Amino acid sequence: MIISEQKPFESMLKIIQNGSVFIIGCNECAALCHVGGEPEVLELKNQFIESHINVTGWIVLDPACHLLNNKRLFKSVNKEIDDADHLLVLSCGNGVQVIEELYPQKHIISGTNTLFVGAEIQRGIFERQCNLCGSCIVDDFEGLCPISHCPKQMLNGPCGGSMDGKCEINKDFNCIWDKIIHKKIKMKKIDSLTKIIPPKDWTSYKKYQWRDQYKL
Amino acid sequence: MKQNHFAVTSEIGPPKSADGSIITEKADLLRYCTDACNITDNQTAVVRLSSLAGSVLLKQKNIESIYQISCRDRNRIALQSDILGAIALGINNILFVTGDHQSVGNHPHAKGVFDIDSIQLVSIAKAMRDEGIFQNGEPLKKRFSNLFIGAVSNPFATPYEYRVDRLEKKIMAGADFIQTQSVFNIDHFQNFMDEVISRGLDKKVFILAGVTPMKSEKMMDRMKFYVPGVDIPDEVYNRLKNADDFQMESKKVSYEIINSLKKMKGVHGIHITALFWESIIPPLVEQCGFLPRH
Repeated sequence: MIISEQKPFESMLKIIQNGSVFIIGCNECAALCHVGGEPEVLELKNQFIESHINVTGWIVLDPACHLLNNKRLFKSVNKEIDDADHLLVLSCGNGVQVIEELYPQKHIISGTNTLFVGAEIQRGIFERQCNLCGSCIVDDFEGLCPISHCPKQMLNGPCGGSMDGKCEINKDFNCIWDKIIHKKIKMKKIDSLTKIIPPKDWTSYKKYQWRDQYKL
Repeated sequence: MKQNHFAVTSEIGPPKSADGSIITEKADLLRYCTDACNITDNQTAVVRLSSLAGSVLLKQKNIESIYQISCRDRNRIALQSDILGAIALGINNILFVTGDHQSVGNHPHAKGVFDIDSIQLVSIAKAMRDEGIFQNGEPLKKRFSNLFIGAVSNPFATPYEYRVDRLEKKIMAGADFIQTQSVFNIDHFQNFMDEVISRGLDKKVFILAGVTPMKSEKMMDRMKFYVPGVDIPDEVYNRLKNADDFQMESKKVSYEIINSLKKMKGVHGIHITALFWESIIPPLVEQCGFLPRH
């Protein structure tokens, strides 16, 4: 899922100033990250009211990035949206931009910072997994990904700064290559450790990056 | 090295300024006691005078340079372009490294490139030289052959069991010579070399073992506790810590390490990195019996 964090309340307040606001949440990733589900939307609504901000209404989409479903759900809150100066979106950047497509005349405020694609490994603890590079190569690395987990995106083994399973840039950060090597040893695939992996082809990344739409 | 001479190289870190005289002054100090000098490429991700420019400054003084290129700041287009530029300028020894991550340097907010890694860069350089092709398969308009490809190896990083594999990969990719991380732990390095020799890798590449005379206790502490991939055994650490004259003892330690390396099978030379203490290199090299060099 897409992991995001909520921006500080003060920063949202600064943008809204004396205007009115309609709050939009998301029932998928943002809800799982506890930044844009119903409890968070209602809590934020109360905070705004306490700060004398006019909240014209709220909705939790399912999910915010589902444009067609959004159109249907928004029918019930058309007036509240019309009355608002700002639409505050508590979803990932994906959802925020889908809302912008639906309401190009409205001022959109993103209430979150979108951080990464990952998984919740314990309640409230998220682990980054995929960099969305466009051409998955994890089958060469026993399901582990050096593109998203190695800060230098090394494809041919750990750099000289790998020490006791930790990355040179941060001792709290595991070296993915240490993990790959030990997994390959365990799976008796050590021959593949001496295979030279050629430079990665980034064209598929760009293919998806630099087009407005893509038909799957 | 091809004539079985024991090579001695050293290292010059370019200044954080456009003052080229800093490089040439250090080079004057080292010219008679080393065979070639590495010019580092924004080492530890700190902005410095460019390593290609530094290599040209050495060339102008008729000193053999080893031009270092890192993958941190350039993509495959710029890296191949710099290889061509270096050859055109008469810089023929190039050492390819992946590079320290930008987050450890003085511009931690920079976006790193890391389009390719050092092994891929070595194989690209080899293909440019030996097959006359770029990474995309297109031919060079005119071929060149005068490129001596270098790479690095750190026997002291983990997982230890993988370090010879990685060296082997660098050799397969096309490395002609290897400079290693500084050796303080001779026993560990000997184990590494035993494996290198058992695979016959010392016959396929020239290996220059790293030596670092440490200038001060502060520097030793930093290297032992904060620089990843450096292994200063407690025995060496305590010996220097308890020395009456740190620098004299440090020189002695380097002398003993060099003597061990000199006798070690498969080691074709040494690479001395005396950070902020280049003046120690001439007397150290002389004491080790490596003079005259030319």
